[in-house]
Amino acid sequence: MDAIYLDHAATTPMHPDVVTAMVEVMNETFGNSSSIHQFGRRARALLDQARRFTAQTIHADEKEIIFTSGGTEADNLAVIGTAYANQEKGKHIITTEMEHHATLHAANYLEEQGFEVTYLPVNETGRISLTDFDEALREDTILVSMMMVNNEVGIIQPIEQVGQRLKEHQAYFHTDAVQAYSLLDINVQQLGVDLLTVSGHKINGPKGVGFLYAKSNVRLHPIQYGGTQERTRRPGTENVAAIVGFHRAMELAFEDQLVRTEKYRKYQTDFVQRLKDAEIDFSINGELEDMVPTIVNISFPGANVESLLMNLDLAGIAASSGSACTAGSVEPSHVLTAMYGSDDLRAMNSIRFSFGLANTTEQIEIAAERVIEVLQRLVSK
Amino acid sequence: MVKENKDTRVVVGMSGGVDSSVTALLLKQQGYEVIGIFMKNWDDTDEHGVCTATEDFDDVVRVCNQLDIPYFAVNFEKQYWDKVFTYFLDEYKAGRTPNPDVMCNKEIKFKAFLDHTLSLGADYVATGHYAQTRLVDGQVQLLRGVDSNKDQTYFLNQLSADVLEKVMFPLGHLPKKEVRKIAAENHLVTANKKDSTGICFIGERDFKTFLSEYLPAQPGRIQTMDGEDKGQHEGLMYYTIGQRQGLGIGGPGGPWFVVGKNLRENILYVGAGYDNPYLYSDRLIAEKANWINGVPKDTLHCTAKFRYRQKDSKVTVTVAADDRVHVEFDQLERSITPGQSVVFYQGDVCLGGATIDEIFLDNKKLDYVG
Repeated sequence: MDAIYLDHAATTPMHPDVVTAMVEVMNETFGNSSSIHQFGRRARALLDQARRFTAQTIHADEKEIIFTSGGTEADNLAVIGTAYANQEKGKHIITTEMEHHATLHAANYLEEQGFEVTYLPVNETGRISLTDFDEALREDTILVSMMMVNNEVGIIQPIEQVGQRLKEHQAYFHTDAVQAYSLLDINVQQLGVDLLTVSGHKINGPKGVGFLYAKSNVRLHPIQYGGTQERTRRPGTENVAAIVGFHRAMELAFEDQLVRTEKYRKYQTDFVQRLKDAEIDFSINGELEDMVPTIVNISFPGANVESLLMNLDLAGIAASSGSACTAGSVEPSHVLTAMYGSDDLRAMNSIRFSFGLANTTEQIEIAAERVIEVLQRLVSK
Repeated sequence: MVKENKDTRVVVGMSGGVDSSVTALLLKQQGYEVIGIFMKNWDDTDEHGVCTATEDFDDVVRVCNQLDIPYFAVNFEKQYWDKVFTYFLDEYKAGRTPNPDVMCNKEIKFKAFLDHTLSLGADYVATGHYAQTRLVDGQVQLLRGVDSNKDQTYFLNQLSADVLEKVMFPLGHLPKKEVRKIAAENHLVTANKKDSTGICFIGERDFKTFLSEYLPAQPGRIQTMDGEDKGQHEGLMYYTIGQRQGLGIGGPGGPWFVVGKNLRENILYVGAGYDNPYLYSDRLIAEKANWINGVPKDTLHCTAKFRYRQKDSKVTVTVAADDRVHVEFDQLERSITPGQSVVFYQGDVCLGGATIDEIFLDNKKLDYVG
């Protein structure tokens, strides 16, 4: 049985062109980009190209791009780095209950260090309320961190409206755009964003690389120490092959952005429609119109997520849940808990299907059939 | 039609130990479609966030990757708490010595877990128990493992033939030494892992400390059966019949053994000498009897074990009403303990078992054993 990958929000397969670009670099360009000789210069030139292209994709300046080891590091640097560098201006931070753990746990850490954090709630739509935000914002707020698209439910947050509200405020605005990048148009000027996180492996690039956009006026305290790479904000010899692969992935993503997003939207609606036609008992977590086309998070009343995922895996369907299952301990998804409350069973019976480059229309059909078969077997019992 | 091995899906309950690792290995070598599943029944996360289950699951993952089989983890903490741990505490409260492993096999491994594996389309569930099954006249029998020192049928006495039909014990015909050898020869990462000891949820911790977290300890007096005071006990639940260690009674006349408990007055009874007559009995009544291949129609002459790793004793069993059985011993038996299982055998066939409730000598009920 052919396995069908519906877990692109977890990670994506590398595009073959990305692999080719990386292998070429690994074979040809091993130099340390800090070296002054020609080997170093060749590496540096590739980095410069990548940095320039990266900046263009979000309408930023290339000096504002910090390459990191990925989304987690970029989120950590944004949250912890701005908090430490700006604590004389205040110690208050605003974020949301449904952030990625890379942001949430960084915020938790800052609380331990004496910062005060407001976690904005979300309602059943999965979006924060601007009224809540206005009430939470204080004079001594130094940072607002809010993800652009949630990784579990795919819901888009009102980033631009928040950005507008912060235009005349001292607080920096960070957004984790890992799940948004290459799907939504991102213009950091227009959005009023000061810091922005992107990861390579979510856009068919390699793992172990990402970037943080930090506007030129942002004061950032480094979270690691060493050489002067990335303007001392992120020391360490640059992973040139990964950055070049990332560069290629970004190019490919923007080449046919519109075609791809339309294709994914069709996957998303087709998949849902097939479940409906089969009279499966389900409900989508959030509203489809608030979501990116790549993710749909579905609650199946009466199902148990653990058992469902195992059965789907054995039926050749790779999907996942927001609940962290480590060694059999199921922690309900913090995102669904934020949306529906801790008593709601949705946090324990929901599955995330996420679409991407690896999929075809035919696969979505087969996948829906297999999902229906498993559900009819498990839930009807 | 009998399925071929390659079309037969077997789920192995994997603990991260050497036995279940070799179980999966042998089935894989026999060509079955093998899936490893780790069961998490107890949360022992400590103040540093460290949990032995995480380490054990990591071993399961590594072994499954060595064998190239899929692996999953399932959580039965709630079922375990409701069906096993609650029973465990209730028995201690009643002054008895429970056997949580017997209950875990009955309610969790071969019920909740078995049901779960069947929902995954499994044909069989396999475990690393040292026991065997065989089909005789269309009926599955439970047989002792060939390694008499490791035989675990004692803990499996509450299973039914229907359940055993869906169960495989691939280690049953092997001595433990051989299992270790197979693990080493195949370079399994768990080959040299220490066997777990004791009750799974207590692990390496001190039993008294563990129990005191759940049940209030009521210290009381220690007395001989003649009423002579021998000091203070720390709480009746900490003692079991026949126990010698940890009584704290010095001086002449010993060694001292626990011979009984008076729950109402919170007295621990002790007697001097290994052969103290108060430790002996000639009959018991057990409850919740399970007969794997059907209830015996007549009085049954067979052998029995009253504790794990004890030699068999000759007994005569009479079935009474309400799943109760009367068990008469051919010879006096020492330190029979309420709450433990009595398990019956005909040769190597395990017939079933029951929970020891009342104990008698010369037709007199020994009320002091609790």
